[in-house]
Amino acid sequence: MQEEILTRMGDGQQVKMSAIQVKEDITAGTKDAADRGKIPELTSAEQEHLFEIVADEDRIVGVRSGEEVVLTDDVSYIRMNQDEGASGGLGIPMSPPISVLVHERAFAQDSAVLGATGFTGKHNLNQKLQEVETTHLLLTVPMLYVSGPNLLAYYKPLGPYDNPSDLFPQGKIKEARESQEEAAVVSTDDLVWLGKKMASVGVDCLNLDTVAAAGDTDFYVALKAVQRLKEEVPEMSIEMGMAAEFVMGMHGQITFNGQRLAGMYPHEQLKMAEAAGVDIFGPVVNNNSTKSFPWNISKVVTFVKHTSEVSNIPIHPNVGVGVCGVPLCPVPPIDSVTRVAKTLVQIGKADGL
Amino acid sequence: MRMQLSRRMRLPEAKKYVAEKLKVTPADLSDEVKMRDIRADLGIGTISSLVGGANGMAAKFKIAELLGIEISSVNKFKQKAGLFADGRK
Repeated sequence: MQEEILTRMGDGQQVKMSAIQVKEDITAGTKDAADRGKIPELTSAEQEHLFEIVADEDRIVGVRSGEEVVLTDDVSYIRMNQDEGASGGLGIPMSPPISVLVHERAFAQDSAVLGATGFTGKHNLNQKLQEVETTHLLLTVPMLYVSGPNLLAYYKPLGPYDNPSDLFPQGKIKEARESQEEAAVVSTDDLVWLGKKMASVGVDCLNLDTVAAAGDTDFYVALKAVQRLKEEVPEMSIEMGMAAEFVMGMHGQITFNGQRLAGMYPHEQLKMAEAAGVDIFGPVVNNNSTKSFPWNISKVVTFVKHTSEVSNIPIHPNVGVGVCGVPLCPVPPIDSVTRVAKTLVQIGKADGL
Repeated sequence: MRMQLSRRMRLPEAKKYVAEKLKVTPADLSDEVKMRDIRADLGIGTISSLVGGANGMAAKFKIAELLGIEISSVNKFKQKAGLFADGRK
């Protein structure tokens, strides 16, 4: 056992901690999750297992043979050909179809993604549909098309509806709620329209990403869209990846299946997703960049493990930059990333990432 | 991946299902050496290029058949090429 364990802070900076400090942070992290989500803490054995993963002297860690999981992602082609700011991106000038083929053949990715987060617009859609059709001929793995409610784009100044963030400070709570409800109708229709277009060219799965980024109404839009798409184009699967661990109550009263959406944590969000007809659910747990990696991953896996235990569908926790334990920095360190993956598979019982 | 998408199978169940269909063990599915030959023999696509081997749409035809699932892009292709035995359009 090392006297000092080399690990990181939530922002990726390296830090040396004693074994006692690491264990204390693991305990504090799981307590934080249990307290927030009203869910069980990690057992003593699980906390010890997590300590062994964190304290492993090897820089890169991995799962045992037979524990391998599959991967889905949100924007594989953007990772190749664009500057994604804080999320990285390689900036290699190549087309989206070529990018996903490189993703498949060079990176052995289990799925390929076209589309763009938040895109529900109608610009150049024929071009995108043709890209999908053409890429299908060469691609072997399932093709996902990524989109999302992106409700913020429906509010002023980007969209036509009064912005709740402008109305709340004026005390116009009722108006703010009404504005969200009006925007939700149009946003839902747009997502259904886009989903049907993608189903018409044989997309395997619509990946609704960053769901609930604009709060409970945003979540509601995604759920309603899934419900309608499962009736209209049941041959297309749907993955739902969340934006955060907690659904903000921007509306506060909006419900789905009789359940108030505001304030839901991952295991509760999952149940709404299941009820709507989602095929794969992607829970998100927020990082605290001022806390240590052991604290963050302990909090994360407490939520993920409980969500997996109560789930009837596969779960793929979102391990992007700054969520689910991956440090908040443009180039996520391989030591942290592999520890996140190992932890979420071995303790969290994830079906994929 | 395809069994998670098409039948909502959790991972252990999905691995077992695919292994049985391919007549291998679940552990074999993660063995690059074994799977290279198995995938080439079955025509379900290989990661590294194989001249004359199946990939893309041809591989998906075989994957749908072997796993007993519907793959939407395969069905679209069959419709366009008039390959459905029942003449489906």
